[in-house]
Amino acid sequence: MDDRFVLGGVEFGSRLILGTGGASSLHVLEQALLAGGTELITLALRRIDPGLPAGLLDVLERCGVRLLPNTAGCYTAADAVRTAHLARDAFDTDWIKLEVIGDDRTLLPDAVELLRAAERLVDDGFTVLPYTTDDPVLARRLADLGCAAVMPAGAPIGSGLGISNPHHIALIREAVRCPVILDAGIGTASDAARAMELGCDAVLLASAVTRAADPVAMATAMRHAVIAGRLASQAGRIPVRRHALASTPADGLPTW
Amino acid sequence: MITVVVNDRPRPTRRGETVADLLATLDVPPRGVAVAVNGEVVRRTDWPAHRLLDGDRVEVLTAVQGG
Repeated sequence: MDDRFVLGGVEFGSRLILGTGGASSLHVLEQALLAGGTELITLALRRIDPGLPAGLLDVLERCGVRLLPNTAGCYTAADAVRTAHLARDAFDTDWIKLEVIGDDRTLLPDAVELLRAAERLVDDGFTVLPYTTDDPVLARRLADLGCAAVMPAGAPIGSGLGISNPHHIALIREAVRCPVILDAGIGTASDAARAMELGCDAVLLASAVTRAADPVAMATAMRHAVIAGRLASQAGRIPVRRHALASTPADGLPTW
Repeated sequence: MITVVVNDRPRPTRRGETVADLLATLDVPPRGVAVAVNGEVVRRTDWPAHRLLDGDRVEVLTAVQGG
């Protein structure tokens, strides 16, 4: 089956994108990334701090993954655009996971600032992957601006609530032609499989793996879940019925 | 001497020092570093030429786990 996942002009074998935040150590992170089979990972920019462990980029290089810097912590379009340009200089990539947060309790996106930042960054030549709400109209507006994908939240970041509004995720898949990546809210493997069954092209998750009791086992589960969900979404599932439909023929049943 | 503010901390600095000079005095990772001065990105290729002025606010950033 020809089932390529092309994002920003690059072909990926894995539809699981992992965030690096929350891992207890770089060693655990490396093992989890390898177990997940991911080819694209997120990372962030913060002030240098000699007290923090060095070597994140070495780990990522060993894993052979492509870098997707984020703009986490930005609350305005101006801050997000500045952070994207800093990330481009630091990591030699014009790919950016665009986050413009509007509320620090839910960490949900600020739609107005997000659109402003996306427009500017597309103009500046970035491959823009915006973290957005599950609003199909906003997703279409982002796609129309030239974003390389849209990444709706299933539920708030780190909540593990799963997919609050599956109907909207399916509507987003219908509303845009670019890849749809379910980003945020995933708690366990069935959430990731569900996202793929709803038609998402990929899943991005971090906490579900990095904060699991056994991150390597959960990364393995997520790898299988994404593959299973993708296959199921392509396989033409049976319709849902209210009553049974026997799978064993009634013909030939003996009479006593 | 002049004073520049590096990641919110005042730092006495020789007049005429460049961004590259400043980074050489800091404990900076060998790669994955970005710099802004007064909110404007100073690209890596400009570090050797960009001279710091008294009161400049310098942000020195690097890769961390996130997202």
